[in-house]
Amino acid sequence: MTEETNMQSEHSGNLEHAHEQPGGMTKAEISRRWLLMKIGIAFNGIVGLALAVPIVGYLLGPAKKDSYYKSWVSLGDIEKYPVGTTRLATYVNPWRSPTDGQTDDIACWVRRTGQQQFTVFAINCAHLGCPVRWFPQSQLFMCPCHGGVYYANGTVAAGPPPRGLFKYKNQIVNGELQIFAGQMPTLSNTAKLVTTIGPCKGDSPCAG
Amino acid sequence: MRGLNELKKVYDWFEMRIGFEKPVKEAAMHPVPKNTASWWYVFGSAAFTLLMLQVFTGILLALVYVPSAGQAWQSLNFLNHNLPLGWYIRAVHGWGSNFMVAVVLIHMAQVFLFGAYKYPRELTWMVGVLLLLLTLGMAFTGQVMRFDQDAYWGLGIGAMITSRMPFIGGQLVHLLLGGPIIGGATLSHFFALHVFIIPAALLGLAGLHVWMVLRLGINEWPMPGRAVKRETYLEEYHKLTHEDGVPFVPVALWKDIVFSSGIILAVLVCAAIFGPHGPTGMPNPTYIHTDPKPDFFFLWIYTSLAFLPPWMETPLLIIGPPIVILALLGFPLLASEGEKSWHRRPVAVLVVMILAVGWGALTDLGTYTPWSPHMDAWSSDTIAPKQVEAMSPLERQGAVVFQDKQCRNCHQVDGHGGMRGPALDDVATTLTRDQLIRQVLQGGGNMPAYGKNLSPAEVDALVDYLETLHKTGQKPAVDEATQWTNQAAKTLPAPPVPPIGNAGNAMTEQQLQAEQSAPMQTPAKAPASATTTQAQTKTQAKTHHAVAMNMAPGA
Repeated sequence: MTEETNMQSEHSGNLEHAHEQPGGMTKAEISRRWLLMKIGIAFNGIVGLALAVPIVGYLLGPAKKDSYYKSWVSLGDIEKYPVGTTRLATYVNPWRSPTDGQTDDIACWVRRTGQQQFTVFAINCAHLGCPVRWFPQSQLFMCPCHGGVYYANGTVAAGPPPRGLFKYKNQIVNGELQIFAGQMPTLSNTAKLVTTIGPCKGDSPCAG
Repeated sequence: MRGLNELKKVYDWFEMRIGFEKPVKEAAMHPVPKNTASWWYVFGSAAFTLLMLQVFTGILLALVYVPSAGQAWQSLNFLNHNLPLGWYIRAVHGWGSNFMVAVVLIHMAQVFLFGAYKYPRELTWMVGVLLLLLTLGMAFTGQVMRFDQDAYWGLGIGAMITSRMPFIGGQLVHLLLGGPIIGGATLSHFFALHVFIIPAALLGLAGLHVWMVLRLGINEWPMPGRAVKRETYLEEYHKLTHEDGVPFVPVALWKDIVFSSGIILAVLVCAAIFGPHGPTGMPNPTYIHTDPKPDFFFLWIYTSLAFLPPWMETPLLIIGPPIVILALLGFPLLASEGEKSWHRRPVAVLVVMILAVGWGALTDLGTYTPWSPHMDAWSSDTIAPKQVEAMSPLERQGAVVFQDKQCRNCHQVDGHGGMRGPALDDVATTLTRDQLIRQVLQGGGNMPAYGKNLSPAEVDALVDYLETLHKTGQKPAVDEATQWTNQAAKTLPAPPVPPIGNAGNAMTEQQLQAEQSAPMQTPAKAPASATTTQAQTKTQAKTHHAVAMNMAPGA
């Protein structure tokens, strides 16, 4: 005899037991208890829903529009960045939590091309987010992870990045350089406007 | 004796209330096919033992570890350096993780090759696939617990991959990170996954997996020709175990327990000799001088991401994993009958071999990342004095340009430097001066263009230096036109000299050479030796160079 047939016979045995109706209840009484059981299940369903809605809301809490997380952040006096250079700047992320430690300190590359002209690049490679490094001698940004290389203006020079470096919107207020920042730049929150086909391959219009 | 009787009474008191004796005895003494008491059948129990070790050492670490982005790194260093044997517990947990992934993979390959996923054990395999995914999930989240620079940037890579999901990518990143950036909430999320959610699933499913193994019996040793048929298999297996079977305990189990303790001993020895993994640098995103790398078992993914063509990345990252998982889950349903033996399943053997070799190759590449520029090569890898001795001042200046412009970050010379681009040890024999200039100025073939960043003098010097890069006695590269004209000079009769005013477009090299070096000589008398031709090509190339410089984007 196989195990399956074994199980079947056990199963039918149990059913026969159920027909005996322990406790001397009549069929009608048991059928009424089934109704109560159903009411109990429905009640549980309602309470379960009442429990689930706030839980789902809690879990989805961080899913907010980009604008919720972003604001203008100062990178300091514009005179810190001489014309014609690209320098590393750091700022404290405007959106933070008490347990962030040093992870709130974010770096970015500031390129000053004229008295009032700045380009601020995110530190994250557009390929997979590793920190790119600037080499002033060869005027290139290089990424240590998968060999992405960018020109001084952020366009792709070599390697796998699907677009140029991410740029932050910037403005100068009272001699201070400000950028519109607050979240890690990724392909879905800053790059969706960028086309990678055509002569402007690798260029990244400002999408902050 | 009286003491023993008392003990028996206590035992009976518990047994009457718990009732474990009968099912445990049955499970232990159930008959298994004789030849499954083999050393090939020990990996599953070893994986389970390692899981127990991980749970135990994980709890020990949780006594001290602080899952806060501000303090996790410090608490790990405290474990490493300040708490007696803290380093050792960390090392055992880390090496236990490596061994567990390895043993689970070996177990899977063995089960696959032995056809053990066939009827009626399809669901056991599927649960096993989930266990593999959960094990890898533990390995990845465990790497995040280390919360060092590798963990920080590894999370960045995870976020960037997630962001490639169409439409919901951005919000998925927020949910994954628990906010807009990698921070406190991110570590807490991964802590909950690593300590509560995945282990709960892992333990529950591992229990189910073992239960099904007990219920359906251990897979018999596959014999060529003994194919699985749905109608007859259960009966055949029953016969096999009951007529030719042996009790699981002790005939099969003794090998399991010996191997399991051997594996644990191996973990302990590795932990004692090699110590804990990291933590590496502080998780401070402003320290950008870092070369983030994933742990050993994820290196193959890291490598794949360097080699995939950009257009293929997003589709493959999003569609690839679900397809692979569905294929792994679903194939036992499609191949639930038939031959179990690897002697009759060449495709299965080939698949395992290809996967193993492919995985090994990708992992090996991942250990030295030939696709990444060596960030410090330009300032740390030097040009040997021996090479510089014979150089002219201009060539030496070129060598300085070569180092200073970070060419070396991607190009090896003399075995040192990056491997992103080709090694340049004999570049002078493959590219002519013209081609070298063009390549430097315009880039191409995955090389940046340096037209904007090099002065004509620097290009001159650099190319002079590059032309010294060949082995002694090797001839310089010659372009096709020169080759043809050289050939022509030897074989064809000399063409007539054109009128002077027309010298421009249609001049052959010989004419040019005649004009430049000896205007009064007739072309037929022009020397055709290799050295002169080379020198002349050089002059000619310099003229071209000037043209190229004018055309260069930045000039």
